[in-house]
Amino acid sequence: MSNIEKITISLRGIKKLYKVGDQEVAALNGIDLDIKEGEFAALMGPSGSGKSTLMNILGCLDRPSIGSYKLDGQEVAHLSDDMLARTRNQKIGFVFQNFNLLSRISALENVALPLVYAGVDSDEREERAMYFLEQVGLADRADHQPNELSGGQRQRVAIARALVNDPQIIMADEPTGNLDTKSTKEIMEIFQSMHEKGRTIILVTHEPDIAVCASRQLLVRDGVITRDEGKGVVLDVV
Amino acid sequence: MAFTALLANKMRSLLTMLGIIIGVGAVIAMVSVGMGVKSDVVNSISSLGSNMLIVSPGSTNRGGVRGAAGSRTNLKYDDAKAIKEKIKNIDFVSPSVSRSYQIVYGNQNWNSSVMGVTPEYMSIRSLEVSTGSFVTESDNNKRNRVAVIGSTVATNLFGTTNPVGQNIRVNNQPFKVIGVLESKGQSSMGQDQDDVVIVPLTTAMERLMAMDYVSSVNIQVSDANKMDQVQEDIEVLLRQRHKIIGGKEDDFNVRNMTSLMETMSQTTTMLTILLGSIAGISLVVGGIGIMNIMMVSVTERTREIGIRKALGATFQNIMMQFLIESVVIGVIGGIIGIGLGCGLSMLVGKFGNFTTVITPLPVFVSFSFSVGIGLFFGIYPARKAAKLDPIEALRYE
Repeated sequence: MSNIEKITISLRGIKKLYKVGDQEVAALNGIDLDIKEGEFAALMGPSGSGKSTLMNILGCLDRPSIGSYKLDGQEVAHLSDDMLARTRNQKIGFVFQNFNLLSRISALENVALPLVYAGVDSDEREERAMYFLEQVGLADRADHQPNELSGGQRQRVAIARALVNDPQIIMADEPTGNLDTKSTKEIMEIFQSMHEKGRTIILVTHEPDIAVCASRQLLVRDGVITRDEGKGVVLDVV
Repeated sequence: MAFTALLANKMRSLLTMLGIIIGVGAVIAMVSVGMGVKSDVVNSISSLGSNMLIVSPGSTNRGGVRGAAGSRTNLKYDDAKAIKEKIKNIDFVSPSVSRSYQIVYGNQNWNSSVMGVTPEYMSIRSLEVSTGSFVTESDNNKRNRVAVIGSTVATNLFGTTNPVGQNIRVNNQPFKVIGVLESKGQSSMGQDQDDVVIVPLTTAMERLMAMDYVSSVNIQVSDANKMDQVQEDIEVLLRQRHKIIGGKEDDFNVRNMTSLMETMSQTTTMLTILLGSIAGISLVVGGIGIMNIMMVSVTERTREIGIRKALGATFQNIMMQFLIESVVIGVIGGIIGIGLGCGLSMLVGKFGNFTTVITPLPVFVSFSFSVGIGLFFGIYPARKAAKLDPIEALRYE
């Protein structure tokens, strides 16, 4: 009993229902899922499977219609908008397919942005943002605006931004979708090293060869998790 | 942050501000013109003396033929003395007579109005003597032949010589010049107030004009609030002295300069408000401009809002971001508008035929109004931004 692993994410009976005309459509139809601290989980599934909806709920961007979601021991399924925003700010780091950096401000300011909303003062913001830019190897690009950076560099800035608030989980939504092979490799190496340092990562992807890097692979189909495999198995998404 | 966003769209921000700039500028310029007109009017009335009551004789009426106002001869110097003695809250009483004479000095001559006054006339009309002295009580008691001349008279008769101590002839009687008045310029009616020769009242009445009555009595009341009371007291006293009983008409008039001034300043205040509110409309239009641009800006930056929300920005964070932006437009526009308005009103004051007066009040009011407009018209777009759903906003292209 000495090595009980801490459960970071715990979903129970998650359903997400949408009204289409007078019919109710379930985008998620009863999801139960536990993700332990330090797990690197790949979330896969064809489009329309409910994968994006699940990711939005995991990322606290959306609320389930029914069910319970415990993040780091705290029930977050039915929080108010502002409480969800605070939860995202403190517990979740996002990496998006199209980077989603603000174009008018420097890389450093982009990285520091979550700290602005966390109420950290400006000296400390700069110091912490600089530290994480160094971690992703972009310290010398701190003053550049995103449009002066390559795709791979932009994604690294976005990863630094996701890490800056020291979140419980990193949510990566197709992080290599817009990148060439070389940059993809670089980015995946960064995810690997984050995993080795004990970060909890949820990676949404439809590319099996990206998913195999993860320690656990989940396949979503028709609003339920149909397969839950360990490392090494190649899941057929289609 | 707000500045970065505004600088990113310099032209657009400038055009948006222009609405506020023109609005604030117009309000300040218009109000300063209005205030200028008001101060002109108030000045020209108060140059006649403030808190003034003027008693003048009524018109004659012989067998139904009525004479001109002031043509009666029953307002006496004693009446003036009685008013001074018996009625409270009076600072000065100055009876006067006046007539035109040819004034001669050496080989020069000039036609001017000669006024007989008591020493109090100086205080009541706020006259200053530039050289020499004014008529004294003793001059008046002794019926001295002394004269104080206005600067126009001095220039025309004496040129550059110092008139004080010289003798002039008025109606062939010698008068010693004892002083020259400080110039007062033209009156509001276009009269040259410096074209005057002042002599002691008694000298004028008995030695010069052979009158036993005065043509008017100027009275300065000590307190503006007592004007009506004093006016009534004077009327009662004079009716008593002139033995007018019952419903018979007065044989004199008491005119109140304050009520004239009040009416005029009310009218000009109305004018100022009118001008200001017309200009104020353009300020509101400018505010709608701000709202319009902020709406565009919110739509354009939907994705940015989505990113910020995903990273943990709350409703309030986003709301403040956009509100500050629109308030900054209001503040900067307001400041530039104040500059423009002040500049404009100075130009009008310099090259136009207006006096303009810039007071802090319209500057302050229009500035806070422009900031308020920035705030008010910013609220709706800012709320719209803050209420965006982060998932929708992130998906927005």
